[in-house]
Amino acid sequence: MGRKLLLEKAHVENIRSYEVYRKEGGYRSVEKALKTLSPDQVTEEVKKSGLRGRGGAGFPTGMKWSFLAKPEGVPRYLVVNADESEPGTFKDRYLMEFIPHLLIEGMITSSYALGSNRSYIYIRGEYAWITHILEQAIEEARQHGWLGKNILGSGFDCDIYVQRGAGAYICGEETALLESLEGKRGNPRIKPPFPAVKGLWGCPTVVNNVETVAALVPIINEGGEEYAKIGVGKSTGTKLISACGNINKPGVYEIDMTISVEEFIYSDEYCGGIPQGKKLKACIPGGSSVPILPANLLLKTAKGETRMMNYESLADGGFASGSMMGSGGFIVIDDSQCVVRHTYTLARFYRHESCGQCSPCREGTGWMEKILWNLETGKGCSSDIDLLWDIQRKIEGNTICPLGDAAAWPVAAAIRHFRDEFEWHVTHPEEAQKRNFGLAHYADPLTAPVA
Amino acid sequence: MKLSFTSEQLQEVQRLVSRYPEGREKSALIPVLHLAQDTFGGWLSTEVMDYVASLLQLKPIEVYEVASFYSMFNLSPVGKHLLEVCQTGPCMLNGSDSIVEYIYQRLGIRPGETTTDGQFTLKTVECLGACGYAPMLQLGEHYKEHLTKEKIDALIESCYAKSAALN
Amino acid sequence: MADEIKKAPAPLKVTIDNITVEVPAGTTILNAARQIGGDVTPPAMCYYSKLEGSGGKCRTCLVEVAAGSAADPRPMPKLVASCRTTVMDGMVVKNITSERVQEARAGVVEFLLLNHPLDCPVCDQAGECHLQDLGYEHGKEGTRYQFDRRTFEKEDIGPTIQLHMNRCILCYRCTYVADQLTDNRVHGVLDRGDHANISTHISKAIDNNFSGNMIDVCPVGALTDKTFRFKNRVWFTKPVDAHRDCPDCCGKVTLWQRGDEVLRVTARKDEWGEVQSYEGKPGWICNTCRFEKKAATDWVIEGPTSINRHSVISQGHYLGLQKPKETIQEVMGGLNPRLLMDIHDVSEVNKLELSQLPGAATSANYKNESTKSE
Repeated sequence: MGRKLLLEKAHVENIRSYEVYRKEGGYRSVEKALKTLSPDQVTEEVKKSGLRGRGGAGFPTGMKWSFLAKPEGVPRYLVVNADESEPGTFKDRYLMEFIPHLLIEGMITSSYALGSNRSYIYIRGEYAWITHILEQAIEEARQHGWLGKNILGSGFDCDIYVQRGAGAYICGEETALLESLEGKRGNPRIKPPFPAVKGLWGCPTVVNNVETVAALVPIINEGGEEYAKIGVGKSTGTKLISACGNINKPGVYEIDMTISVEEFIYSDEYCGGIPQGKKLKACIPGGSSVPILPANLLLKTAKGETRMMNYESLADGGFASGSMMGSGGFIVIDDSQCVVRHTYTLARFYRHESCGQCSPCREGTGWMEKILWNLETGKGCSSDIDLLWDIQRKIEGNTICPLGDAAAWPVAAAIRHFRDEFEWHVTHPEEAQKRNFGLAHYADPLTAPVA
Repeated sequence: MKLSFTSEQLQEVQRLVSRYPEGREKSALIPVLHLAQDTFGGWLSTEVMDYVASLLQLKPIEVYEVASFYSMFNLSPVGKHLLEVCQTGPCMLNGSDSIVEYIYQRLGIRPGETTTDGQFTLKTVECLGACGYAPMLQLGEHYKEHLTKEKIDALIESCYAKSAALN
Repeated sequence: MADEIKKAPAPLKVTIDNITVEVPAGTTILNAARQIGGDVTPPAMCYYSKLEGSGGKCRTCLVEVAAGSAADPRPMPKLVASCRTTVMDGMVVKNITSERVQEARAGVVEFLLLNHPLDCPVCDQAGECHLQDLGYEHGKEGTRYQFDRRTFEKEDIGPTIQLHMNRCILCYRCTYVADQLTDNRVHGVLDRGDHANISTHISKAIDNNFSGNMIDVCPVGALTDKTFRFKNRVWFTKPVDAHRDCPDCCGKVTLWQRGDEVLRVTARKDEWGEVQSYEGKPGWICNTCRFEKKAATDWVIEGPTSINRHSVISQGHYLGLQKPKETIQEVMGGLNPRLLMDIHDVSEVNKLELSQLPGAATSANYKNESTKSE
């Protein structure tokens, strides 16, 4: 059984309330940081911990913090990205809903390290009830002296506010989030300048994911070096995985990144296998944007090694035969599902969520959706598959923000690994309306190395 | 009739504005629009948006631009109960299509339509972050998860009961 | 201290398509390329140097940075928007010498044209449309799009400006004009994604005295002059520089005449299609000059406007044609490839009187010729 750092106390009754949370050792990290560490020392601990951003990109948090510009007399801001909208991802929601104080605690320490006297949580608009939970937790923290002026006599002032979005996936992109927080349309900004130099209201800003900020609590409590010992290689600490799709036990799991993908899917401690005796066909291991993998490439890498649940192993083989850890949204697809239809729903999602600012994404996402709909409903032709490939290639890398890439990758990977299923939709248009393609050879052991 | 928030609501607007540094009142726009939508019949008419603009001292077009960008703001009237069914990947894998179909059987409305009695509007939405509890829908501030036909029946009944209690 | 500030920072060297220029710090790649001129300048559909904050959206000006700077010569992994990326000393940029760029640009052109109505035959912008130029230079024949094109409902935005949303490429330039030139913006970008559109939401008349400049900055026919609507094709009109003493604006304009009749008034444009600057200030014109002074007697005529030879308007063969800089020899390192046919010279072909060519020109002639020789 893997070690738990964030969800260790999640099942303690009433952990949501301040009293219980405090009794269980809550807010120790704030005491330790504010009383014994300087802001730079906190940043140093984060660097030592090897913590990587948990929002999807996996950028080292300590490094991100060290980029923050610190001009005299200009306020700096910490903004927590709780705009969790990547299909397959619901880990931050779990954390905020059940242990809100963990986020608040991590935020106070992070704000101290970054010198942010006013920090914001930008939460997706649909999580309306969680907004209330967070505001309640903030109020409790304030009443007990963890927020406000001169916290613990350290001279550090900090306030935390919760801002609700209003339904836009794109606001999970950090600059779009800042625009939205400023009361504007969620159009991503053109970078540079990066938020570390010019962020919220033109001031230096760090935007971190909920889980990243929450990880500050164990990092400070245990020390960065101790934290770095958990996990493997550059995948340090624990990671929340939200598992969903065709599995027996969907939910949020904390893993220490040393278990294999196979164990994660089939062990009763985690997903508990696939229901109704069906077989594993494919999986999107890190949220809808990352490449889908067929069963044979998921459980073992192209080199034949066991694939593990960590940043490096999931990415092994690059996009040709690997995927990404992403945001930890683990979507399992069984043999009764249709990859074309699934890809279509994702294309529709990205078309719906494109902000419309830059042309490749605005026009390309809708085009892909329409072609995929034709293929799915038996109206496609084989050249459509090549056309899709060409469109995604022309979107990828050419847009303002990563949404273009996020829209292109799932389509590319679906064609790369499941091309025969797309072709079957073209060659058997009527049959494809009545039944799905099935497992085919997607779980067969790989004999030849994949190029 | 000129619309206006109550004095408590105006205090709430002030509280929202106070969360930002001076001169950054515009940041309160989205929270205030939420408040306005909840107050004035579940959608944002031009009149309502103009009122919000005047409260925050913005140009009306700034409010229209923002309100039309976000999918949670309704720019046309909706029924008393807004059923928003998630239909993205993971929910699709768990049968969201049959949920939409069942609501059609029960209420006779397709996505985007409102029942003739003005009680229900059905919308299909993209990922709501409840993938592990699929299929699901959002009703007002709340998520209804692990949907089954029976749960939808119960949900519809409770909505009717709620409306009846209000009348 | 004061001396240090006064001292201009050293110019930066940047190489674009094998041509090196020196530019002041803070210059973007696009503006450095414009300094060189000719074919190495990336096209720009949304960037407008006179409008703060513009650029970065259309992605037509993407270029490849083969070396980030002399200090850090690593290439940039992605193509960058040249209009929003500033030059570093020793930077090496590839535009027309990069296949990646050409391919990506062709892709962007395809995306921009995907839902464009291609109603050039009835569009007043035809002949001076940047999307036409772009399609001509970088586009492909035919479309791979097999679906109905997206359409928007018509919206009346006032008596002087015609909005055709279907033609819009969402460059946002007109919103910057409204923000930066007028005191009350009433239109903006509404909705999102592929349904984002320019609108006032309430069909309100845009009535600011500088609103007409939205027409001049619009790269396509989405915003056109209602007073010129369907009056003529621009290439049949005669552009003439003129000025008047205007209390509101610089009063320096181009009149588009047919005979003595003034059909249209616009600001004067520079070679990049932007409004010309006078003493560092953009020569925006007011609506009075643009829409109300339609008599030649309202104006002091200066003479024919010099028109960039790229423009189809130069078909009228007016004096002072500006020939664009030819950079190909420099780009190719001294080699001068022989073109089978310089596409820019096609119009010159038409100058020849076909009947004067030696030999048979038509089948009828051929018959005559052949019977003669018998």
